[in-house]
Amino acid sequence: MSSVAHEHTSLAVETGFDVERIRNDFPILKRLIRGKPLVYLDNAATSQKPQVVIDALVEYYQTENSNIHRGVHFLSELATQAYEDVRVKAQRFINASQSREIVFVRGATEAINLVASSFGRANVKEGDEVLISGMEHHSNIVPWQLLCDQRGAHLRVIPITDAGEIRLEEYERLLTDRTKIVALTHVSNALGTVNPIRQMIQLAHRKGVPVLVDGAQGIPHFRVDVRDLNCDFYAFSSHKMFGPTGVGILYGKQEMLEAMPPYQGGGDMIRSVSFERTTFHDIPYRFEAGTPNIADGIAFGATLDYLNKLDWQAVSGHEHALLEHATEAVSTIRELRIIGTAKEKAGVVSFVMDEVHPHDIGTILDQEGIAIRTGHHCAQPVMNRFGIPATARASFAFYNTHEEVDRLVWGIQKVVEVFK
Amino acid sequence: MSDLRSLYQEIILDHNKNPRNFKKLTDATKTVEGFNPLCGDHYMLYLKVEGGVIKDIAFQGSGCAISKASASIMTTILKEKTKAEAERLFKTFHKLVTGEFAGEVNFEELGKLAAFAGVSEFPVRVKCASLPWHAMRSALDEKAETVSTE
Repeated sequence: MSSVAHEHTSLAVETGFDVERIRNDFPILKRLIRGKPLVYLDNAATSQKPQVVIDALVEYYQTENSNIHRGVHFLSELATQAYEDVRVKAQRFINASQSREIVFVRGATEAINLVASSFGRANVKEGDEVLISGMEHHSNIVPWQLLCDQRGAHLRVIPITDAGEIRLEEYERLLTDRTKIVALTHVSNALGTVNPIRQMIQLAHRKGVPVLVDGAQGIPHFRVDVRDLNCDFYAFSSHKMFGPTGVGILYGKQEMLEAMPPYQGGGDMIRSVSFERTTFHDIPYRFEAGTPNIADGIAFGATLDYLNKLDWQAVSGHEHALLEHATEAVSTIRELRIIGTAKEKAGVVSFVMDEVHPHDIGTILDQEGIAIRTGHHCAQPVMNRFGIPATARASFAFYNTHEEVDRLVWGIQKVVEVFK
Repeated sequence: MSDLRSLYQEIILDHNKNPRNFKKLTDATKTVEGFNPLCGDHYMLYLKVEGGVIKDIAFQGSGCAISKASASIMTTILKEKTKAEAERLFKTFHKLVTGEFAGEVNFEELGKLAAFAGVSEFPVRVKCASLPWHAMRSALDEKAETVSTE
């Protein structure tokens, strides 16, 4: 065990990634849980926040708070500028070509609902099809189901293999003239699979079908270039990428967004309103009704600044080493089986144990200060696919260490001991 | 480890591994489904009630150790109990796992149920322990056919 850890630690040193320095940026990682150091391995649920992000939130309320896009007074202009600056930062972060392709939303879930509701209303008719994969989070299933029910359309599902990979030949078969949109997760939250979305987008475009990518689990792990992917929509949440909760981004190609009707009605999204007729604002504001989450949006800007300073090659090397270490180490536990063994994976080790329910695993690890997720991970169809009610899931971020992986393994051995 | 042992007592681990009355009752007069969608605990509870007395009780399904042991121990206790006695035991059990007894637990009176005293220290696990009991109560009340604790 210790030799495995040692080997990986030296690997991390070679990649030049100083995880201890990074950990100092995240105050919560210093806290104790039941007298033991916190081992936070529930990053796919939500990530921790660096001090600079927490400071930005406080600073906004202390010195800038006011409503945006309306007042002519000093503070309103200041807040408007700060908020709109974040739009530009987000645009650059994902390499979108223009800032008006960036729509502020509450999170990836709202982003997907926006597209299902607005694009769906305009384009999906009776008998049409929406294509998703068998490894989607509920947030990329239910909005499409609601749409299909409403329109008399059909939801089609690309099957996945026992390893948890998309069956590409089935995907090609399911892409038909009736397909109006493909909605795919970049990375599976329950299995960790990284999907070949670039290739899948090409295949869809060959048939003239637009693609929405649910990037909530992708963007925390690697840099995303929406122009390189050539996706039509990319949805993600701030809180899973070290930013505040309550903010997310919908990227949409300009021509896609411009052709879409408004999502919600209200202030900020209009040009003029009378009782007879309302004219709507341009994109992206057309999709941003009401006072947005200004404070968290601005603090999300601080998150993007923080992420931009990281060496992403080193981050990726470190995360890859963590995943490899965890996979190897837990595989040595006889009573344990990993669910999700795709060739390309990011940040997730999901597992089940003989005779021990994930809930019991979670409670025992929690006693050791180790936070993992147990349950169906809002992906019940994935659980059904593997014939299990739930899994225990350890999910990693760049601030996790090889020592924490060792503590996880030690904790699982304790589970085995309790249930012997 | 001491905290964990207060939750995972030997008797709980035993009933989890070898659940009693773990079968379908073909002559059940009432069948209820107990389901916790958050963690996936899922049981079918079968009761044969005659003249206000539980003549037989059994269960099937899957879930965590706490819920399964709770269902198993419950079935061993409730046989030949009247509806009123079952209701009283439900209330006792509920108080026990939610920690409402606060130091005045009469372990002798509780018998096997005392094993669940440790659950009150684990608030998120209370619903696991109480799921089978809620299912039982609903069966006797002739209420809904599916019980869910979230």
